[in-house]
Amino acid sequence: MDETSNNDNIIEQVTTSEYKYGFFTDIETDFAPVGLNEDIIRFISAKKEEPEWMLEFRLKAFRHWQTLEEPNWAHLNYPKINYQDIIYYAAPKKKKQLASLDEVDPELLDTFNKLGISLEEQKMLSGVAVDAVIDSVSVKTTFQDTLAKHGIIFCSFSEAVRNHPDLVRKYMGMVVPYTDNFFAALNSAVFSDGSFCYIPEGVRCPLELSTYFRINAANTGQFERTLIVADKGSYVSYLEGCTAPQRDENQLHAAIVEIIAMDHAEVKYSTVQNWYPGDKEGQGGVYNFVTKRGLCKGVSSKISWTQVETGSAITWKYPSCILQGDNSIGEFYSVAVTNNFQQADTGTKMVHIGKNTRSTIVSKGISAGRSNNSYRGLVRILPRATNARNFSQCDSLLLGDKCGAHTFPYIEAKNETSIIEHEATTSKISEDQLFYCRQRGIDTEKAIGLIVNGYAKEVLNKLPMEFAVEAQKLLAITLEGSVG
Amino acid sequence: MLLNIKNLHVEIAGKQILKGLNLGINKGEVHAIMGPNGTGKSTLAAAITGRDGYEITEGEIWYKDINILDKSPDERANMGIFLSFQYPVEIPGVSMTNFMRTALNAKREFNGLPPIAAGEFLKLMEEKKKLVEIHSKLTNRSVNEGFSGGEKKRNEIFQMAMLEPAMAILDETDSGLDIDALRVVANGVNQLRTTENAFLVITHYQRLLDYIVPDFVHVLFDGRIIKTGGKNLALELEAKGYEWIKEQHLV
Repeated sequence: MDETSNNDNIIEQVTTSEYKYGFFTDIETDFAPVGLNEDIIRFISAKKEEPEWMLEFRLKAFRHWQTLEEPNWAHLNYPKINYQDIIYYAAPKKKKQLASLDEVDPELLDTFNKLGISLEEQKMLSGVAVDAVIDSVSVKTTFQDTLAKHGIIFCSFSEAVRNHPDLVRKYMGMVVPYTDNFFAALNSAVFSDGSFCYIPEGVRCPLELSTYFRINAANTGQFERTLIVADKGSYVSYLEGCTAPQRDENQLHAAIVEIIAMDHAEVKYSTVQNWYPGDKEGQGGVYNFVTKRGLCKGVSSKISWTQVETGSAITWKYPSCILQGDNSIGEFYSVAVTNNFQQADTGTKMVHIGKNTRSTIVSKGISAGRSNNSYRGLVRILPRATNARNFSQCDSLLLGDKCGAHTFPYIEAKNETSIIEHEATTSKISEDQLFYCRQRGIDTEKAIGLIVNGYAKEVLNKLPMEFAVEAQKLLAITLEGSVG
Repeated sequence: MLLNIKNLHVEIAGKQILKGLNLGINKGEVHAIMGPNGTGKSTLAAAITGRDGYEITEGEIWYKDINILDKSPDERANMGIFLSFQYPVEIPGVSMTNFMRTALNAKREFNGLPPIAAGEFLKLMEEKKKLVEIHSKLTNRSVNEGFSGGEKKRNEIFQMAMLEPAMAILDETDSGLDIDALRVVANGVNQLRTTENAFLVITHYQRLLDYIVPDFVHVLFDGRIIKTGGKNLALELEAKGYEWIKEQHLV
């Protein structure tokens, strides 16, 4: 790796201190005009030099979106979004293909430094390949060669549209059709870029695949789209991490993640989400409306979602599994932290279609400040799903007495042989626990970090090592100043 | 003087518990505080360690010639004041190892030292575990989670051994201990005694003082120390009960 040696200054620094991502990178940006209409969609598609079928897909989605109403069933409260007041496309101007990091805009590199991301050194330090997305356009993708040896495709969504149109056309919208919901339709119409991953039959991906997303231009919505296809008997662990710079205006984020697992394939998808949550008074912050869904299409396939949600002013997110193949397994492990005026309505859907399908849900909510944290989950057992099993555990931890924790579990069982278990607890960090820690010399904030990480341990243990360390720090930081 | 408490008045929720308590402890000394239930023994421990909800309405607490009343509980701990809790709490999901390392490093940071190296830390753990005959399986568990009453108390002494405080307060450490556990705990404490540190042992019963021999015994009654003596005072109390002292005091 020649580039690596040239870039010794780019050192792996994993996130965290207080919200230190409140910087703004001044890169010349290519904007679409404000607002949304068919011309804008044609502009986006043309900017990205897309084929006709892609434009058609976008236009169909847009026309459908126009017939939809924004959903209001979530336990969320935010001012009405004016979708005509948003810029739907922004890209860094440098578009030419870069041979090494030396050619990358130094300001961009600086941004990566602050984020603790290095493109090439990731491999040396953590064995992670990174597809870094800044403002909707992939700047650089690493480890293509290593992955190519195994026949693995890991690239930006735009590249996939250009280079692997058959795969994209076959799978895009299979799990989340553009008709699925308001935000999915919006994303399908205007999505800017994202990641595409294909693991061929029988291949165990040798690297943890990782994408960092980042919103970077004022008033620009970010509409990422991720598609992961794991062919028969393959395995991949995919990491997604988010940070966003601080600012006053609210930012809209409506992503789609689709996962498809064939026979005996396994996909492990881990997220640490740390979008800007707004300030202590509840000003600003990202609105995060995400549709994440996995399809266990094949027999004995497995999809596992692990998420640590600490950011965003508004979180609307339900990573789900459709367990179509017999003996398939769906898992959802979640830690959602809200502080100050943050609101989160998050959970999962487990839809059991195949026989002997199993699902596990472990949700740990932590509320502090004046925040509201809701778990919303659906377990649906369809008539054909003989011997389906689900275990759900939903715990809430409260810090202080001005925050809220809510649980909305829905269960629909249409097969008598199914077994569904649901456990729920609500607790507070006790004064006794805090004093015990402080008497041992541990200050209040460290003590809260310690107790909260202990509470969330079951979920954090599911994260890949490097991510787990980052997530632990993040939990502590998110709750700074929440007690005392 | 290591710890010097002058005319201490403490209220809990408006109710006066300590009413002018005086107590001086020098390095190298072991003091025992005895007294019937509800006389303010645990309140004294809470006031020294700075627990919220214990309002000091009058008086001073000096430690190493510093008035510590405006110091936070964690500052006091890092200055070398340790409390072995009567009821140690459970902290689910936090391993003893992680807890201990966090505590030790907080103290080191307070004293301007870098964090302890992993190898050195584990060695220290092994060494101190032997002192209170605590099993590795306990330190691998979450803090106090699933520990028996006796194990929790041993764990307190283990933490004391790890943190090496100058001023250790043992609040009813003997309660809930069988005689074997009592001996183990007392042996641990005795091995930690030096000419540089001091112990304040709060107890109902003389039993513990057979093993941890005090230099001074104080009787706490109605928020004040009403009698101070040598180790024989404890024996006298054991034989006669508290009534005779109360009567003496009231007369």
